[in-house]
Amino acid sequence: MSRPPTPAAPLAPGTPAPDFSLYAAPDRTVSLRDFRGQPVILAFYPADWSPVCGDQLAVYNEILSEFGRHHAALLGISVDGVWCHEAFSANRHLHFPLLADFEPKGAVARTYGVYRTADGFAERALFVIDREGVIRWSYVSPIGVNPGADGILEALEAMGPAAQPA
Amino acid sequence: MPVARARLAPLIRDQDHTIGSPDAPVTLVEYGDYQCPYCGRAFPILKEVQARLGSRLRFAFRHFPLSEMHPNAEAAAEAAEAAATQDRFWPMHERLFLHQHELDHDGLLRHAAAVGADPERVARELASRVYEARVREDVTSGARSGVNGTPTFFINGVRYDGLWDAPERLIEALLAAIEPGD
Repeated sequence: MSRPPTPAAPLAPGTPAPDFSLYAAPDRTVSLRDFRGQPVILAFYPADWSPVCGDQLAVYNEILSEFGRHHAALLGISVDGVWCHEAFSANRHLHFPLLADFEPKGAVARTYGVYRTADGFAERALFVIDREGVIRWSYVSPIGVNPGADGILEALEAMGPAAQPA
Repeated sequence: MPVARARLAPLIRDQDHTIGSPDAPVTLVEYGDYQCPYCGRAFPILKEVQARLGSRLRFAFRHFPLSEMHPNAEAAAEAAEAAATQDRFWPMHERLFLHQHELDHDGLLRHAAAVGADPERVARELASRVYEARVREDVTSGARSGVNGTPTFFINGVRYDGLWDAPERLIEALLAAIEPGD
């Protein structure tokens, strides 16, 4: 196995989350700004269908109600195209959108500092964004290790209840 | 960037299903799903690990059914809880992992009967979802502790991200937890 390249530097807490518009379905785009007023969890992952990602997203899929307690929206993002996402999502019965960071490839992942240039896909990276669109927590998981939801839940809890303007 | 390892919270609760003494120097907790093929593969490995470590190990199992992927996993978890009420948790646990392809409703009742539980009572309790909240408690604790797939293991409360495909690997990690300096 070759040495992984130096990990990218993810955008740090306190940074305004860069907006983006990506396809969530062949006829539907999703923009980060659509979620202003509620927390957003961005889950970048390398690819649909790889077993490790499958587990990670399957775990998040089972505990959406935990995120829902904080009214948080979960968005999965990879460089796969919309049709690939559709098939993957249907196969795994995912109940949250998968966004296609497909053209220009990985542009959003690059913006967030979590693109693996040598590999051509994103790190397994998590961002929790607050109701005002500011990154409150970010995390890049070691290659081959699935991040659980513990860090996400802690970050959401640390934000406190809604209606607390910054 | 904090790279803190995921930690189990709470460590062991009264309602947990455990094998081994609370005084054992090392505790292994598995979050698992009766319909998950990886958990099925882990089952005999864990049996061997328990046999080899004997009184040095306490083992606990918690439910983490991936219901969207495994349509029978939730009912199987609730059936194991129903068996537990009749003091048949571990026999049922073993039976379910050894019959992973027969976990539909009738299969669950057959397994309950086979391990000496009253299948009619299990059927009633499944129908009224008596153990839904109990299973959900395990899932919630797993979510908060960093469960990242099934099976996920915690050794003395710290998530174990290493390999578990052979008993030796787990035993090595468990022994290291007993004597950290080694």
